[in-house]
Amino acid sequence: MSHKQTKLTQNPLQKIWVPWMSSKLSRRRGSSVPQFTNSPTMIVMVGLPARGKTYISKKLTRYLNWIGVPTKVFNVGQYRRDAVRTYKNFEFFRPDNEEAMKIRKACARSALSDVGTYFMLEHGQAAVFDATNTTRERREIILSYAKDNGYKVFFIESICDDPEIIAENIKQVKLSSPDYIDCDKEEAVADFLKRIECYKVTYVPLDDDKDSHLSYIKIFNVGSRYLVNRVQDHIQSRIVYYLMNIHVTPRTIYLCRHGESELNLVGRIGGDSGLSPRGSQFAGALGKYIKSQSIPDLKVWTSHMKRTIQTAEALGVAYEQWKALNEIDAGVCEDLTYEEIQANYPEEFALRDQDKYRYRYPKGESYEDLVQRLEPVIMELERQENVLVVCHQAVMRCLLAYFLDKSAEELPYLKCPLHTVLKLTPVAYGCKVESVSLNIEAVNTHRDRPANVEVSREPEEALLTVPDHI
Amino acid sequence: MNSGEGCSEEIPLPSSPRELTQNPLKKIWIPCKNGLPEKHIFQRKVCMTNCPTLIVTVGLPARGKTYISKKLTRYLNWIGVPTKEFNVGQYRRECVKIYKSFEFFSPDNEEGLKIRKQCASAALNDVRQYLTDEGGQVAVFDATNTTRERRDTITRFAEQNGFKVFFVESVCEDPAVINENIVQVKLGSPDYTHCNTDEAVEDFMKRIKCYENSYQTLDEVLDRDLSYIKIIDVGRRYLVNRVQDHIQSRIVYYLMNIHITPRSIYLCRHGESDMNVKGRIGGDSGLSLRGKDFARRLGQFIQKQDISDLKVWTSQMKRTIQTAEGLNVPYEQWKALNEIDAGVCEEMMYEEIQDHHPLEFALRDQDKYRYRYPKGESYEDLVQRLEPVIMELERQENVLVICHQAVMRCLLAYFLDKSAEELPYLKCPLHTVLKLTPVAYGCKVESIFLNVDAVNTHRDRPENVEVSRMAEEALYTVPAHQ
Repeated sequence: MSHKQTKLTQNPLQKIWVPWMSSKLSRRRGSSVPQFTNSPTMIVMVGLPARGKTYISKKLTRYLNWIGVPTKVFNVGQYRRDAVRTYKNFEFFRPDNEEAMKIRKACARSALSDVGTYFMLEHGQAAVFDATNTTRERREIILSYAKDNGYKVFFIESICDDPEIIAENIKQVKLSSPDYIDCDKEEAVADFLKRIECYKVTYVPLDDDKDSHLSYIKIFNVGSRYLVNRVQDHIQSRIVYYLMNIHVTPRTIYLCRHGESELNLVGRIGGDSGLSPRGSQFAGALGKYIKSQSIPDLKVWTSHMKRTIQTAEALGVAYEQWKALNEIDAGVCEDLTYEEIQANYPEEFALRDQDKYRYRYPKGESYEDLVQRLEPVIMELERQENVLVVCHQAVMRCLLAYFLDKSAEELPYLKCPLHTVLKLTPVAYGCKVESVSLNIEAVNTHRDRPANVEVSREPEEALLTVPDHI
Repeated sequence: MNSGEGCSEEIPLPSSPRELTQNPLKKIWIPCKNGLPEKHIFQRKVCMTNCPTLIVTVGLPARGKTYISKKLTRYLNWIGVPTKEFNVGQYRRECVKIYKSFEFFSPDNEEGLKIRKQCASAALNDVRQYLTDEGGQVAVFDATNTTRERRDTITRFAEQNGFKVFFVESVCEDPAVINENIVQVKLGSPDYTHCNTDEAVEDFMKRIKCYENSYQTLDEVLDRDLSYIKIIDVGRRYLVNRVQDHIQSRIVYYLMNIHITPRSIYLCRHGESDMNVKGRIGGDSGLSLRGKDFARRLGQFIQKQDISDLKVWTSQMKRTIQTAEGLNVPYEQWKALNEIDAGVCEEMMYEEIQDHHPLEFALRDQDKYRYRYPKGESYEDLVQRLEPVIMELERQENVLVICHQAVMRCLLAYFLDKSAEELPYLKCPLHTVLKLTPVAYGCKVESIFLNVDAVNTHRDRPENVEVSRMAEEALYTVPAHQ
């Protein structure tokens, strides 16, 4: 065994220690990214129409991407709409419609092929195959495709007999589907129900005996019961945990930052200062606003930092402090102004502008670290109903990115101004956002990415986008 | 699925917000009046649930109920949820001093039935006391609970006392698994001290038979309103019904990640670092010469152990990575395994901490578990940070974790069921590998010193922890360094 001690060098962006290699081709032994799984995973939905498959597919994909697992949805219905330009009626889905069957099979194959491309050429790690997949035959095709290519397969079956839930689904997402653009409501509903009947004839649910060797989760009646079979690895375990925590009960999430702080006023980052007079005003205004919203059973969460707690104190309700909601740790740059960072750490400042998501402050954190830290917060937000989260700029950006499905590139530049409440309401497949400014003046703390991000740039170029302060 | 937990008491909007003061030990901001902290501070604890929870095991003998009860209790206590298990068999052994034979469990043994009912009641009584009077949050009621009648009694009891109920049923028909159970934990039971192996096994099999006829498994339809998890064949399949709140969700997640495949976990610290030698804490220094020697020896040790499919994990700090590099195998870097953040005290010697922050130094000695360094972390914070590491360790098989003193203490406390009081003082010396192997209901520990000298970095709790103490008293237990 070689006894040569490898030298280590610290990657300047992420501050990760790596062996210093003269040959750039040698694979680095130490992975600094969590190893979710060895092989790409196909997540395969199963269920009759209007059972929430697409809802689950999109939500799960959003979550996986946010925690850093490149994931993409492949909706076979979309492929079908691309192949058959105009949708006439439910007859297309009749099990004896041979012409249509051919088209539908071809669409499924095309989607599978794209899954392969996503994994092999686009570095995808998980693909959600969103279709009814209600026959054993169809599932066999998928399984053998996966086997041939070394992909793992995890099935998610949604089973629901509650006519109210199905009717609500149809209302929320089917009526506005491209398939029914030229129909009136009653026509659409009638047609869709007949469509469901077409599938019922041939529907074979995952069988606890015949399919006992497969990995799957069965969700009954929107989560009152789950059957989990043969979880193979970490990512499947995380997927199961996530699916078991989400719900569809209508509710609202309010996100805002603490009121303007003393350090905000003087353009300093981080620290643990108290509210400025305007910040206290905001806290009062927030209290009035929350009262006016008459939210049943509102939970209020803050960080452990003085400024969020002072803000919550003004609401007059019980609140919970989460250390995980603390602002990003700026390490050696804590309490500095951007001008001071440029003066003392110009290279760090430039690196941050080059890749703001992955950049880690010396002895501090990166946005990437923040996301990992905030995952339990997101999980609990999924479990909860009405919640107000009083947090910080970087933290709020991360949470917002999760709800609005923003990429790692966009996340660190999301606009989260002081004294503004974002009201998020889940609707259809996404999230409605209402921005409510409480009309109390505050400094701007948003620094855009400057044009020149090279280490060689002049200080003025670096400081061009720094917002005004005292 | 979920319930409105926690409370939203409405207080009229105050005309001016309350003053905040920072608790000196934990660095938590709390409202105060006239300089004195007011109660009414909610800090995120694991289960902000109003009511205590009663976890009830269900299953035939030798299905792993006690194994699950103990493991779950250990996990919940470690993450900060005061939990206690109540094993009805234990109550029976105390009541009926000598166990004769399986006849005791025969369904037509009226005398036996009476005693067993009494024992269950006594245990429930103690549960009530624990959850209501002793600050317990979760109680694990470990018994067969195989009849619907018994379960209804428990459910009624819980309702009367305002406890939530969550059933954990273990179903298994694999004779190999059942046999292994019997060998591992029944033969050594007090019930069979005076029997030879064959006698014991035979008697126990007949004991199981006594329960089989009256066993009513949790039913999809009849029990659809209950909250439960059914574990089938040691985790191949799970049925989860009506998870009510956060803590039940966490329990389900934990139960779905544990396994009983034999394996070993190796814990060690990085090799001696330059900072260690100087008696400084924290920082991100490299290995000393002796530390590098340890890394080499560690590599040799691991090779000799011939471990199949070993995963190696390090922190993201230079010293653990340098150590792993010496093994010549792939490793994974976890930020969560980084050493405790000593905040303003980073890179200081204990003497300097005493000099510059004597109050902090004393507070730390007063409650080392909860004490948070200014702008840093506490052991309590560390445990929360390490929870995903523990969860993944449960999922994995053979793993070597190269970490740091405080981190290793936290992980060790989880495996060896050490309290918050003991945890910060667990001995984790440099250059020593701890090999943990699960056995029966616990964990066997082997300590292997790899014969490379290193400084001692263990500072015991000094006698005098008062703020008023002299510097010498504070520094009494500081280990020697350059």
